[in-house]
Amino acid sequence: MTYEAVIGVEVHAQLRTATKLFCGCTTTFGLAPNTQCCPVCIGMPGSLPVLNKRAVELAIRAGLALNCTIRLSNRFARKNYFYPDLPKGYQISQYEAPICESGSLDITTNGHAKTVRIRRAHLEEDAGKNLHEGDAATSRVDFNRAGTPLLEIVTEPDLSSPEEVDAYLRALRDILKYLDACDGNMEQGSFRCEPNISVRPAGSSDLGTKVELKNINSFRFVKQALAYEIARQTKVLASGGVIHQETRLWDPEREVTVVMRSKEEAHDYRYFPDPDLLPVEISQEWIQELRQSLPELPAARAKRFVHDYRLPEYDASVLTASKDLADYFEACVRLFPNPKIVSNWVMGELLRELNARGIPAQRSPVSPECLAKLLQLVDEGTISLKIAREIFPELYASGKDPETLVHEKGLTQISDAQVLEQLVEEVMRQHPAQVDQYRRGKEAVLGFFVGQVMKASGGKANPGKVNELLRRKLASDTPSGS
Amino acid sequence: MAITQAEVEHMARLARLDLSEQEKALFCEQLSHILSYMDQLRQVPTDGVPHTSTVIEQSNAFRDDIPTPSLPVQAVIANAPEAVDGFFVVPKILENP
Repeated sequence: MTYEAVIGVEVHAQLRTATKLFCGCTTTFGLAPNTQCCPVCIGMPGSLPVLNKRAVELAIRAGLALNCTIRLSNRFARKNYFYPDLPKGYQISQYEAPICESGSLDITTNGHAKTVRIRRAHLEEDAGKNLHEGDAATSRVDFNRAGTPLLEIVTEPDLSSPEEVDAYLRALRDILKYLDACDGNMEQGSFRCEPNISVRPAGSSDLGTKVELKNINSFRFVKQALAYEIARQTKVLASGGVIHQETRLWDPEREVTVVMRSKEEAHDYRYFPDPDLLPVEISQEWIQELRQSLPELPAARAKRFVHDYRLPEYDASVLTASKDLADYFEACVRLFPNPKIVSNWVMGELLRELNARGIPAQRSPVSPECLAKLLQLVDEGTISLKIAREIFPELYASGKDPETLVHEKGLTQISDAQVLEQLVEEVMRQHPAQVDQYRRGKEAVLGFFVGQVMKASGGKANPGKVNELLRRKLASDTPSGS
Repeated sequence: MAITQAEVEHMARLARLDLSEQEKALFCEQLSHILSYMDQLRQVPTDGVPHTSTVIEQSNAFRDDIPTPSLPVQAVIANAPEAVDGFFVVPKILENP
């Protein structure tokens, strides 16, 4: 019997606000422990939470970009449980009435399109952070993160492979980054994903028992953990076993999932409306205003790139994955209006340098103006394409103007007929045997000569002119050796 | 409506309360009284009356996204039973088996 996987995904996206959800403490990552805390976010008696308007705006923007219905009348609820990273003994969240509902996100996997339904997205506050290293008998707690705004985004169980989950997560992350709603950093925990997965006999309409997966902090781990879990569950079911509803942790070292010690009575959260917070009424005008402020989103932009710039779909999807990179590309095309050439350089030379250093296009030392100028130099024949490729890393490292660099290094292409003629004649003199071969009809030898002339010129000869010159000389001059 | 001793024990566990046998019996009785009062309230017709989640007839108390000073770390950890290097220190949290 063959089995199929049914997967749903919960994402916790940290909203990009300057301050926490209910107090004015900053949300900056990586500061000294417990230096971003106040009576509200560490749960001092008598303190009162006040809602951050920007967080609500970002949640609405994200909801609109995900085609959700925005709830007009909102309440916050308390989710009660005890854990050392939860200072108040409850988390302020939304329960039966999330701010965003019934949305969708389109994904493409291996050319196959699919619409993933978004069940809900709600606002809640993050917990603190527990650290387990060090002294074996104790754990340490840092509340800097406690109270940071999160948008929890939950899909319907519409996904059926690790690749689809990967595509969904990337598409979601790209959208949130475009909206400036989340920085999408999985390693730092600002974009956390918890898939739930079950398997069932292929074609069946019943759902199997699902397992939740945690501790997945990279796209690679998502795919690995899901592939492992599909294989594990399939094996259990195929041998007549039973899947237990549980939470499993991905162990990246051993590349397996392991059962997480279940919290006792973990699912009795006793939600009730938080009496410290007033209802949030969202007006149609506010929604309209935010809808109009939405940027062009990745999918729409990719479509436009294919249509307006005649780019292949692959190029368009790579270039629009980040807003930065798409902006960079468009700025460059405005100055050097050959989209495919710009695309090749951005996806090739530029991304290679940027990715190697983990730098966004926005902070590239080679500006769009600078890249356009380099391409212009090639186009005008001032330098060869080969030289342009060769000096790109140096251009990137130095941040110099391409014209200046080309001059300094004496790389200007040789197009002077007299100089080229000398080079060509010299090469022909050195290789009489090949000259004879050519003249006996072996025209493939031309490539050899071009190579030799280019070498003799230190790569600076204009290849077009060299070609032309060689053909003429080889055809017309009297045989040298015979 | 009466509440059972098992339910009282469950709630005590959720609230991390260690109750003696006498206390369990006492709370069983008291909570049952409260619930019977709820039964009485339930007889009031409330069809079409929205749920009350707040008694203040206001909405939308927002704050602008502007940082305000946090507490000095010494003040944050002042009440911690134990602290090291600015961290709260708690008994080991077991997340793995």
